[in-house]
Amino acid sequence: MKSHINARNVIVALVALGLTLLPAYSALTGNIFILTLFTRIVIFALAAASLNLIMGYGGMMSFGHAAYLGIGGYAVGILAHEGIGSGFIQWPVALALSALYALVIGALSLRTRGVYFIMITLAFAQMAYYIASGLSRYGGDDGLTIYKRSTFGGLIDLSNRVQFYYLCLACLFGGVYLIWRIINSRFGMVVQGVRSNEQRMQAIGFHANRYRLVCFVISGTICGLAGALLANNTDFISPAGMYWTRSGELMVMVVFGGMGSLFGPVLGTIVFLLLEEVLSQFTEYWALIMGPLLLLIVLFARGGIMGLLGRLSRG
Amino acid sequence: MADSLPDPLLRVENLVRSFGGIKATDNLSLDVLPGELHAIIGPNGAGKTTLISQLTGQLTPNSGTIHFAGRDVTWLPSYRRSRLGLARSFQITCLLPDFTAADNVALAAQAHDGHSFRFWGPARKERHLREAAQAALTRVGLAKRADVPVSELSHGEQRELELAVALATKPQLLLLDEPMAGLGVTESARMVALLKELRKEVTIVLVEHDMEAVFALADRITVLVYGRVIASGDPDAIRNNEEVKRAYLGDQHVVVSHG
Repeated sequence: MKSHINARNVIVALVALGLTLLPAYSALTGNIFILTLFTRIVIFALAAASLNLIMGYGGMMSFGHAAYLGIGGYAVGILAHEGIGSGFIQWPVALALSALYALVIGALSLRTRGVYFIMITLAFAQMAYYIASGLSRYGGDDGLTIYKRSTFGGLIDLSNRVQFYYLCLACLFGGVYLIWRIINSRFGMVVQGVRSNEQRMQAIGFHANRYRLVCFVISGTICGLAGALLANNTDFISPAGMYWTRSGELMVMVVFGGMGSLFGPVLGTIVFLLLEEVLSQFTEYWALIMGPLLLLIVLFARGGIMGLLGRLSRG
Repeated sequence: MADSLPDPLLRVENLVRSFGGIKATDNLSLDVLPGELHAIIGPNGAGKTTLISQLTGQLTPNSGTIHFAGRDVTWLPSYRRSRLGLARSFQITCLLPDFTAADNVALAAQAHDGHSFRFWGPARKERHLREAAQAALTRVGLAKRADVPVSELSHGEQRELELAVALATKPQLLLLDEPMAGLGVTESARMVALLKELRKEVTIVLVEHDMEAVFALADRITVLVYGRVIASGDPDAIRNNEEVKRAYLGDQHVVVSHG
């Protein structure tokens, strides 16, 4: 039996514990800023984890994942604007629209491979961006303020910082658990097999694209949930949130943390957004530091942070 | 007639496939009878792999038909043919490198055990899939290497694993594309012994360069040159066929012993 106590697992456990206890720290020190920052981090971690499902495990380099953040967000924002404030309606709509978008985009994009797949997912996401910009009733380019967060019949108050944080954290942990179940299931084995060798999987009897497509839809739906959370977090939704640079950031978070590792995207997101926060206090050219850092990770730590930790564990 | 031939399991008629101006498969017809081991030989560039790829659906022909078990499969995608019981091993080893040997075989068993849209239960803990994998690995002599990642297996072991994967799909017809390629003398002998066992259970089409193996194993041999069948018959007939000697056996100086 392999021991489960190694540097990697210890750090993952500590991070999970830290995230869970963060509101207590925030209350004790009166530091509200850190709670707001980490709410954002947790939401993006969920989005990155969903991207990792198709990118890391499925080998599908989607460059349009921000579209789901936008779709989930706009579903919440538009319904709120039209006077439907219940999360029991808003959130299922957000998930359903994300799933539908993923189904259509996936069915078209998955006919292609490699660079063409990257380009076509990017193109569709940019289309979604321009459609959102054209929604003049809902603010167009300027975006849409959400005056009231989703309500859940008094079960949970999203305007309460701590409650909202824990809701986001529950979604993150739930999402990561779901992804863990999926990758170890029959379905997950097929998806990873197709990433590894598509021709072989076809030859032994799998209709590869059907499995890819379902994986693509699951990933998009989870990211749509992150979008609904994000809209509630910022009380605002705008096309800028689905611009292609946002998709790029999500990819960077995944690569930072380690593609194809379960918890990697969470670590990647924490490091990425913390760095962004810290560096941008010193200089507005923070990307000048972030860029080379990413380069170093890609060149020398191919498994990202998780890969580094894994090597550490093996000593 | 009382002892008329059984219907062929595989019937290829007038198959044509060209790449640019070159006809890699040139009006090729071929029958494979149930239970036989049918070898396909021919010099390099004779179109053997191109033929296999059309039989399994990785390539589509320009014209002609392929019937398998009485069914026209000419235009079926490869995953559908696999479900009908057509399995192949690849000439250049084509496995899932980041999985273990057992995973590779278990996935093949899984492909033929209902659909795989099951998202919750851990696949590696499904007993019957693991047992099927272990059985196939045992057949090819890899039982002890089950948990080794494919990338760490030797070339010979990978060839054997190719065979185990094909077997795990419970095929009616096994298409083997040069299973002996790159094997040493002892490994080759092991493979021949293994194929001798397998041929009792499953119909086999064997593409192979190793003439000694071919003549030891085959019930029938078809000789391809430039995508065309120049001869087809039992090993003795092929051995004595003048055209074959000229086109192929002769210039390789292959001495084929009887028995």
